[in-house]
Amino acid sequence: MSDVIIGLEVHCQLNKLNSKLFCGCSTRQQGLEPNVMTCPVCLGLPGALPVINKKAVEYAIMVGLALNCKIAEHTQFYRKNYYYPDLPRGFQITQYDYPIAFDGVLTVDTDGEERPIRIRRVHMEEDPGRLVHQGSIETSKFVLVDYNRSGMPLLEVVTEPDLRSPKEARRFINKLRNILEYLDVFDGSLEGALRVDANVSLKGGARVEIKNISSYKGVERALLFEISRQQNMRRRGIRVVQETRHYDDERNCTITLRTKEQAEEYRYYPEPDLVPLAVKSWESELKGRLPELPDAKRERFKRQYGISDSHAKVLTAEIRVANYYERVAERCDPRMAATWVADYLKGELNYRDRDIRDAFPPEKMVYILEQLSNGTITDKGAVEVIRALLDEGGDPKDIILARNLAKVETDITRAAVAEVLKENQAAIMDYKAGKAQAFNYLVGMVMKKTGGRADPAEVNLLLRESLECT
Amino acid sequence: MPGQYEESLHKTFDRIKRSRLNAYITLNVEDAIKTAKAVDEGRVTGRLAGVPVAVKDCITTKGLLTTCGSKILSGYVPPFDAEVVARLKREGAVIVGKTNMDEFAMGTSTESSYYGPTRNPWDLSRVPGGSSGGSGAAVAGLECRMALGTDTGGSVRCPASFCGIVGIKPTYGLVSRYGVVAYANSLEQVGPMARNVSDAALLLDVIAGHDPKDSTSVDTADKVSYVNYLIDDVKGLKIGVPKEYFGEGTDKRVENAVWSAIMRLNKLGADYREVSLPHTKYALAAYYIIAMCEASSNLARFDGLRYGLRTGKDENWHTTFSRIRAEGFGEEVKRRIMLGTYALSEGYYGKYYLKALKVRTLIKQDFDKAFKDVDILAAPTMPFPAFRIGEHVDDPLSMYMADVNTVPVNLAGVPSISVPCGFAGNLPIGIQFIGGLFDEPKLIRTAYTFELNTDFQKLPEGF
Repeated sequence: MSDVIIGLEVHCQLNKLNSKLFCGCSTRQQGLEPNVMTCPVCLGLPGALPVINKKAVEYAIMVGLALNCKIAEHTQFYRKNYYYPDLPRGFQITQYDYPIAFDGVLTVDTDGEERPIRIRRVHMEEDPGRLVHQGSIETSKFVLVDYNRSGMPLLEVVTEPDLRSPKEARRFINKLRNILEYLDVFDGSLEGALRVDANVSLKGGARVEIKNISSYKGVERALLFEISRQQNMRRRGIRVVQETRHYDDERNCTITLRTKEQAEEYRYYPEPDLVPLAVKSWESELKGRLPELPDAKRERFKRQYGISDSHAKVLTAEIRVANYYERVAERCDPRMAATWVADYLKGELNYRDRDIRDAFPPEKMVYILEQLSNGTITDKGAVEVIRALLDEGGDPKDIILARNLAKVETDITRAAVAEVLKENQAAIMDYKAGKAQAFNYLVGMVMKKTGGRADPAEVNLLLRESLECT
Repeated sequence: MPGQYEESLHKTFDRIKRSRLNAYITLNVEDAIKTAKAVDEGRVTGRLAGVPVAVKDCITTKGLLTTCGSKILSGYVPPFDAEVVARLKREGAVIVGKTNMDEFAMGTSTESSYYGPTRNPWDLSRVPGGSSGGSGAAVAGLECRMALGTDTGGSVRCPASFCGIVGIKPTYGLVSRYGVVAYANSLEQVGPMARNVSDAALLLDVIAGHDPKDSTSVDTADKVSYVNYLIDDVKGLKIGVPKEYFGEGTDKRVENAVWSAIMRLNKLGADYREVSLPHTKYALAAYYIIAMCEASSNLARFDGLRYGLRTGKDENWHTTFSRIRAEGFGEEVKRRIMLGTYALSEGYYGKYYLKALKVRTLIKQDFDKAFKDVDILAAPTMPFPAFRIGEHVDDPLSMYMADVNTVPVNLAGVPSISVPCGFAGNLPIGIQFIGGLFDEPKLIRTAYTFELNTDFQKLPEGF
């Protein structure tokens, strides 16, 4: 797909802020009745005025810095004028000519190759309300409006058309999400936290904008669909026209929304109710408040814990995984911890399509690894404990007991071997006569005697030793 | 047995009910009497305790109908008070009611109100000026002691001039706009209107000062008390007389009255000299472009979905919005929305809006330059006295021209006070004093001295 050109506009809700972008209403919206988290400002009542949430500006600057952007001398809000029932003022307050951050870069790893993706701009804007249809948009006889979301702070990150495949686009979005979560300005797991518009073209062809992609997986699927649509047209000699298309998540296709001739006229102009902000002067203080970001953490993990680059990469992609690992590594062999967190725990979580937040606390992992290092349980036993903890919860100690996962001590195994040999003279004869099954039979008898807790490798070893001596 | 405040308030309401001025859209009888009683009983105190104050209907009042003189806000009862109203209440003021105005403050005559025109107490066949005409007529006609207006391009000073009272357009950012229904938000300020300079200064004292709810409100270190500048002394004051403010179309009687006023101040110890504000001729065009552009956006929220007019059968949203706006807005409002929408459109933005902003900068520079040489400027507020109801209705452009001397002040954001300075027949004439940013103390001092040493504070015949 080397002739594919993709640019993204990613809208992220700064849902870690306590209040909305221009008023004091809370951003905690989950499970609320409609229209209860509103006030004269976010309802756009006549006379109410917006006041910028200073913390939102700080968050935006921090994101800009984390994406290696330049911070504007002055930033300014604009009005984007259009009518829609979810837009209570008849205009959206957004940014236009003077975005808060611009000219950045984020490197994305695609199949082992680190490629720089240029960031054109990062700007702030408010979310409109939400339209609620009865049933589907086509069949509903009316529409309801919920303004709880109105005024939620959004950050829009716009890339240059540097992405070359849907997979790379997905990787970019994942990395962006991870960085925002590192900065603790965003929780990507909340509904509606991230929405994407994508510009797609084939080299030499017209650019198509896809609107309304609202899930992480949707980005890759929408792009795959749109690219194959454009390639099919090209194959059949049909010209792709410049247009805006809507992504239908349920049917997994894109539909024409408007063509170039029907382009929207937004009449952008500076918002007179908000004064320009001299944000450049905030930069140095905020730089000092930036946390350690993924790439720096990855290098530190390699250095500090002596772990491999691939482990370090897996462990630092998400801030929560990195924190989890460090809490385990503090109290165990860091290399062993890396293997068990990056390979086993992450593997089991991925298999269950679950997040590290849904895992058990690191203290329990520490306990498991301790039991593993002192030989109480086997590798296989440790994996079983992890699975049981993820699926049923509970305490690792209890699980080891209940499932008889503790290894039988060597003395007991040795005694069991001696007893089995005494009781099975016939089998010994068969073994000496060269019958291989006889050995397996003896192993089975030892395992039976020890209730299955003996380490099979140890049983093998002890049996062979004893048989050689008889 | 009612106390003195309650008794006097009853008289005011009786007067209003008999009145032919149509100064009010909504009266606040029950709540006002409750407050007056509380003042009588000493439960409410403050600098305006018991003072009947009228509020222009584009200023939001909690629990009290707020229509902006428009049909589209029929039945809209705001759930919150504008900051200026909250400050009035904190000082014990009695809110008499909501005054009539040009629809959404778009006008110079108070004729475009959905609730009918207000009449001038000096001559009932004439307009009171606009857009705060209801406030002007209520003050002049003794239907309140003082009133709040809003001044976007002269809307406090014009009715002050036409009704023979005092009106102040404060420095942009001095008074909170929180709760003022926006017409052109980069230009407008709430301003006091009263029968004398002392009352106007007192009202300004109450409403001025930083409000964190309005980002354009200025946070000055010290709060100035304007009543401290009621000083009878203009010795050494340097007055500039901008020659461009006596242009073609200025009534001779107005010109003479204003010059006599300047001579009077000169006799009282002030110097005067002619100055030039060379970009004045572009002010009117720039003002109307900026105001209309902002209006087209500010008025977009009135779609009938959440509040206000909702008639007929609901169809898909754009049809419903269009119908409600077609029904709810008057002709002048529609004209300004259309023109503003056009001027902000792609391809025209640079030609109109940006150019107007450049003119605005030049006008500001004119004032900055003038105030290097003089302390204040003096000029006619309006080029002519109150005109007849209906005189300009069919010719919007001739109505716009009336604002020629008031709009530069709003473009520059500077303060201005209009005080009575003479009569044309029985019609009052106003002079405006203009200062640099936050020069309200100088303006109040000049106006107070002029008022004290002249005899133009009169009541209309029969009042």
